[in-house]
Amino acid sequence: MEKKLMKGNEAFAAAAISAGCRYYFGYPITPQNEVPEYMSRELRNVGGHFIQAESELASISFIYGAAAAGARCMTSSSSIGIALMQEGLGSCVVCELPCVIINVMRAGPGIGAIQPAQADYTQVVKSGMNGDAHCIVYAPTSIQEAVNMIYHAFDVADEYRNPVIICVDGMIGQMMEPVIIPESRAVIEEKDIEKTKPWALCGHRNRRDRNKINSVFLNQYELEDRIMNRLLPKFEKAKKELPEWESRNLEGAEAVFVAYGSTARIAIEAMELLEKEGIKVGIIRPKTLWPFPDAAFDEIDSKTTKVVISVELSLGQMLEDIRLALEGRYPTALINRVGGILLSPVEVAERTKAVLGGMK
Amino acid sequence: MKPVFEYTQGMRDKETHYCPGCSHGVAHRLIMEVLVERGELGKAIGVSPVGCSITAHQYLNVDMIESPHGRAPAVAAGIKRVHPKAQVFTYQGDGDLASIGGNEILHSAERGEKICTFFINNAIYGMTGGQMAPTTLIGQKATTCPYGRDLDNYGLPMKMAEIVSCMDLAVYVERVALNTPANIRKAKQAINRAFEVQKLGLGYAFVEILSACPTNWGLQPAKAMEWVTRNMIPYFPLGQLCCPEEVK
Amino acid sequence: MAKGIIKLRQDICKACELCVSVCPKGVLGLDPVAFNKKSYHPVTVINPDECIACANCAIICPDGVINVYKED
Repeated sequence: MEKKLMKGNEAFAAAAISAGCRYYFGYPITPQNEVPEYMSRELRNVGGHFIQAESELASISFIYGAAAAGARCMTSSSSIGIALMQEGLGSCVVCELPCVIINVMRAGPGIGAIQPAQADYTQVVKSGMNGDAHCIVYAPTSIQEAVNMIYHAFDVADEYRNPVIICVDGMIGQMMEPVIIPESRAVIEEKDIEKTKPWALCGHRNRRDRNKINSVFLNQYELEDRIMNRLLPKFEKAKKELPEWESRNLEGAEAVFVAYGSTARIAIEAMELLEKEGIKVGIIRPKTLWPFPDAAFDEIDSKTTKVVISVELSLGQMLEDIRLALEGRYPTALINRVGGILLSPVEVAERTKAVLGGMK
Repeated sequence: MKPVFEYTQGMRDKETHYCPGCSHGVAHRLIMEVLVERGELGKAIGVSPVGCSITAHQYLNVDMIESPHGRAPAVAAGIKRVHPKAQVFTYQGDGDLASIGGNEILHSAERGEKICTFFINNAIYGMTGGQMAPTTLIGQKATTCPYGRDLDNYGLPMKMAEIVSCMDLAVYVERVALNTPANIRKAKQAINRAFEVQKLGLGYAFVEILSACPTNWGLQPAKAMEWVTRNMIPYFPLGQLCCPEEVK
Repeated sequence: MAKGIIKLRQDICKACELCVSVCPKGVLGLDPVAFNKKSYHPVTVINPDECIACANCAIICPDGVINVYKED
C-alpha cells in the first residue's frame, strides 16, 4: 500500500470509504469540514451517497434511517454539533443501529472556539444521551491510528449493533501526516442486506412479518427487558473485549501520565524531556475512552510511582475515570489547558516537576 | 354474497390504542388499502412520528421505524437512499411535522426527496393531552391556550400544504379530510397519487389529511367531524395545490 | 336497490357512533344492553332490511369493525 501525505480529516473520510461506508450525511462545522467535503467529492465515484444535511439533528436522523435500512453509514461533526446529535444517538443505541461518528473536538462550552480541545470527554464517554446509553469511543493519537480505528470501527459497530465514536481533537483533524489507507473492502449490496442484517428495514416482500425498529416502549417492562437483556450484556461484553491502551516506561516511574489523542504526543515529549533531567515518568495512553481501560492501571509500578497525572485539554474530565480505575491506590494530579489552548512539552515537564516537588 | 367492503389485509390483526372516533384508524387503513391494491405492501417502509401514532407499526403490516421527534423526513430520506426502489413514507402529526420538524419537512421538499409524507392535521397535540399545535385554530381552546388561541401571542395557524407547495420539487401536494365518507374516498385517491409520484420518481409528495381528535377537542366523534367541516376546512381548504400531469 | 349485509366485529368496537352518524338508512345503532370486552355498548344492526350496501359505515369506521356485502 502506498504511503501518502494527507490531511487528517481527509484521511478519516478515505478510511471510511475503504471500510465500505457508502452513506455519509453531515453538516458543516469547523474544524471538520474536510470530512464532508471529501465525502461529497469521492462518494459518488464509488456509487455512494452524500447529503449535506440541514442540521446536525437531520444528520444523525439520516444516519438513523440509513443504519436501520442496513447500510454502513457515517457522520462527522465537532463538539457542539455532537451535542445536537445526542437525541438521535440515543435512538441509535436503544434501537441497536450500527453507525460511526467522527467527533473532531473544538473548545466549548457553547459555541466556544474552533481551536482543539478535549472537553467533549464527558459528552461522548459519559454520554449526553438520556437513559442508560453508551457509545463505544476510540481516541487516536495520530492520523494513521485514526485511519486504522475508523476502518475497524465499522466492524465493531456491526458486531455490537451500537454507535461508535472516533474522538479526535482539531489538531489531528487539521494536520498532515504520511498515512496508508487500508485496502477497500467489498460493500454489501442492497439485495444482500436482508440476509446479512435480518433486522433491517428492506420491505417484507410478503415473505415475513414486518420488521419494526422502535425506541418507545408503552410497556415499561419491555424497556427494562431491552436494557437489561440486550443493552447491558453488550456493554459488559464491550468492557471485557474492547479496552485498548498503550503504556510506556511504567517500570520504575516516579510519576505516570495519562493522556489521549494529540495530548498524548505532547506528554510523551515531556516524558523524554524529564528523563534527560533524571526524572523517570511513564505514560498510559487510553486508545478507547469507553470502555475505559481500567486494567491499564494495574501495570503501574507500585514500588516507585508516587502520583498519576492526567494530562488533558479540559478541566479534568478524564481524571474522574482515572480515579475510578485507581480505586484510591495512588494520589492524582491534573495538568491541563482549556479553551482551545494546547499544552507544550516544556509546560507539561515544568508542571510535572512542580507536582512532584509539592509531594516531597 | 359479494364483498362491498372488507377490512384490508394490510392492517395487522391488532386492536388500536386510539380513542373512539380518532381519525388515525382511518388514515392507517387508507394507506394500507392503497399499498395492498398497488401490490406494494412488501416493498413499503414507513416512518412513524412522535405522537399518538408512534407505534403505528403495531397496526400497519409494513416494515417501520419510529423517528426522533420531527425528524421523520430525514430518517425516510436515509432509508430511501439505501433502498431506492422501496415505497418510503412518513406519517406525521401536526406537532411533529409543523412544529419541531418544520426544518426537516421543508428541506425534504426542497431536495425533492422521493418519499411520501402523510400529514395528519388535527389542530392539537394528542398524545401529550391536548396542548396547542401550530395548526390550532384562532379561538380554539387547548390546555396551553385555555382562553383560546389568540392572534397576538401565537399568530396564525400554519398552512403546511401551502408552505410545502412553495417548494418546486414538492411536485404533488394535496389537502384532504376524513370527515365524511365522500372525503375519505378522495383521501384514498390522493394517497394513491402520492405513491404513484414516488414510484415514478417525480419528486416529493405531500398529503395533508384533516383529522379529528374528539377526545382532546372535547366533542362526541360525530360532532368532531362536523367541527372539521365547519371550522377546519374553511381555514385549511381542500384540494390539490400541485399535481404532475403523469398522475392526474 | 341491492340489499346489503353488514358483518360486525363487535368485540373491537369503541362505540364512537361514526357509522351510525353516516348511515343514510338508520341501519345501525348501539346495542343498548350488551357490553363488549372493552366495556363499550358495541354497534349493532337494528334495521337490517334497510341496508343498501353503500359502505359509508365501514369507510368511516376507524377500527375495522364493519365489513359490508351485497346479496347476489
